Amino acid sequence: MGKRIGMEVAIAASEAVALCNIDVAAVYPITPQSHMAEHLADIIHDGRIDAEFITVESEHSSISACAGASAAGARAYTATSSQGLMLMHEILPIVSAMRLPVVMGNANRAVSGPLSIWNDHSDIMPQRDSGWICMFAENGQEVVDLTIQSFKIAEHPDVMLPVVLNIDGFQLTHMIEPLEFPSQKEVNKFLPPRKPFASLHPDNPLSMGCFNTPDIYMETMKAKDTALHNSKKTIVKIWNEWGKQFGRTYRPVETYKAKGADTLIVTMGSMGETASIAVDQLRKKGISVGLVKMRLWRPFPLDELRAAIKGCKTLIVMDRAVSFGGAGGPVGTEIKSLLYHDKGRPRIVDFIMGLGGRDVTVDDFIAMVERAKKKKDETYEYYGVRE
Amino acid sequence: MSTVQNFEIYVPKLLDRREFFSAGHRACQGCGEVLALRLILKALGDDVVVSNATGCMEIISSAYPQTAWEVPYIHVAFENAGAVASGVEAALKALRRKGRIADRYVKSVAIAGDGGTVDIGFQALSGAMERGHDMVFFCLDNEAYMNTGIQRSSATPFMAATTTSPAGKVIKGQRTGKKNMPEIMVAHNIPYVATACPSYPIDLVNKVKKAKEVKGPAYIHVFSMCPTGWRSASEETIKLGRLVVETGVFPLYEVENGKYRMTMEIPKKLRPVEDYLKLQGRFRHLNPDDIEKVQALVNKEWRKLMNKVACMKPW
Repeated sequence: MGKRIGMEVAIAASEAVALCNIDVAAVYPITPQSHMAEHLADIIHDGRIDAEFITVESEHSSISACAGASAAGARAYTATSSQGLMLMHEILPIVSAMRLPVVMGNANRAVSGPLSIWNDHSDIMPQRDSGWICMFAENGQEVVDLTIQSFKIAEHPDVMLPVVLNIDGFQLTHMIEPLEFPSQKEVNKFLPPRKPFASLHPDNPLSMGCFNTPDIYMETMKAKDTALHNSKKTIVKIWNEWGKQFGRTYRPVETYKAKGADTLIVTMGSMGETASIAVDQLRKKGISVGLVKMRLWRPFPLDELRAAIKGCKTLIVMDRAVSFGGAGGPVGTEIKSLLYHDKGRPRIVDFIMGLGGRDVTVDDFIAMVERAKKKKDETYEYYGVRE
Repeated sequence: MSTVQNFEIYVPKLLDRREFFSAGHRACQGCGEVLALRLILKALGDDVVVSNATGCMEIISSAYPQTAWEVPYIHVAFENAGAVASGVEAALKALRRKGRIADRYVKSVAIAGDGGTVDIGFQALSGAMERGHDMVFFCLDNEAYMNTGIQRSSATPFMAATTTSPAGKVIKGQRTGKKNMPEIMVAHNIPYVATACPSYPIDLVNKVKKAKEVKGPAYIHVFSMCPTGWRSASEETIKLGRLVVETGVFPLYEVENGKYRMTMEIPKKLRPVEDYLKLQGRFRHLNPDDIEKVQALVNKEWRKLMNKVACMKPW
């Protein structure tokens, strides 16, 4: 283990990608991902890694180029945000259906309109059903670690699915944090060069992306669903392996002072850190509250969530996106649906908060815990909106 | 892999005897596009990776679990053949350099229809050409969205009737002239641009071979006759390809490092455009005045091209 160094998280993400010895990067600049793109270009143009850097003309082409590169056997990476991810939307389910292990960093940002460059999760939520493994990082160290792990997970023969790592825009991408980087030797040991199951080369000609008639399409879809569910086992295995090698263990659902707590806050991404301070302050006041942080969004870690919330009476879900005209925030809705049949399940309070970069402070988390106590039903509610 | 019967009798030194696009695909009778594709693949040989846009050639060739492709093939979506082929090219380059694949030169090839080239695929193509990837992009142009049921594209010729540019009482078919895609490719300052037509197979094959030899981006616009979409007789496909060239509607030329060269004999006088139009139901609604208008447009475009050919100085 090297010593800790101070570095901007976006830059650290690209440093982590460089440690993975990628073969091809195809990146289109977008705020707040741009430092990732720029730093990756620096690394490749300075010859620090031997890779091709494709300066594509759009995000649609960046994901398409990654698909082509990955199909040809390369370790391919892209990074984007918000509108860029929305533009990629069409290609995302194709990449997963073709079982191409592309890795993507997504600097989470609100979706237009109106245009907003600031953070929320409304860019990744519409991609929920695209068949990608979807993870959220809470801090800079997790960004470094999860980036490296993502390639190993994506390329594992029992997985072969693309991975998107969510890194909250500005609130995480632009932080300067003390970070520990594994050495190149250590990463090489953890992540050997990619050995593709199949690739495009005249030495062994094959066809990829053949269309499906109604006779087979459903089977393909079920296979993809099964593959995504099954990937959790391998993800956990790889996280344990990482823990053994590097001393930092990752779990699909992380908890903080959750055991035996009456009330639990559920967060995804960088807000977990702020929420943990709120938990500390509430605990000091004698309020029985804890924190559950979802690291995995797809595949959904239902067993781990159930274990984490066992015995709690109120579950407060923090949603940084909205399903307009629907049942509330995507995370809250999904948790309600998955726990519907569970006997003695907690009351679930779903807050829509922190949209478009609206700051969510420690006091806000405390206020939401207070509000949840008074709330009688399980309808979703906006927090912090001026009426 | 099947081989051509009695191959020794026909062009033995010109074409690869192997078939890289196998028989048994689902193309329409008299399809000029699949004929072009077969010739292109023969001319390219086996050291290629094909990135194909959604469209007729994709649909007729790749119904899972079958494939007509004997060369490595990928289809991702409609508008991104240029981008997918960029990724393939970058990957092959990086992996070969790093010793992870055989030390063998493999050409990245993109194939798209006119919609996948001049309309929805325009941006990805422009980006790929501008970035200088070592690839050949083929536009197999049958002048409308045939796969979805003959809707107009920006490659549909002036006054042609399609299902979205019908020959109505007020508006008589396609209102604008064909977008000049080869010119747009020339404007990208790429080393090689050519037009071709499978009714001139030797010319087509020569151009494909030339494009493959180019280290960098090359573009070939292949006129692809479509009896289904043009309402023409399937046995007149080859004839239509000859007429479109003889009337000057689709001239055969190449632009090598900016230098224009006609690859067809330049006739003293072009054949009247009516000879070409009258064989196709899509032009059936044209009256003599309309044909005059089409002729005027063809004459103008022909003169523009002749001026460029006359000024044969490379940049």
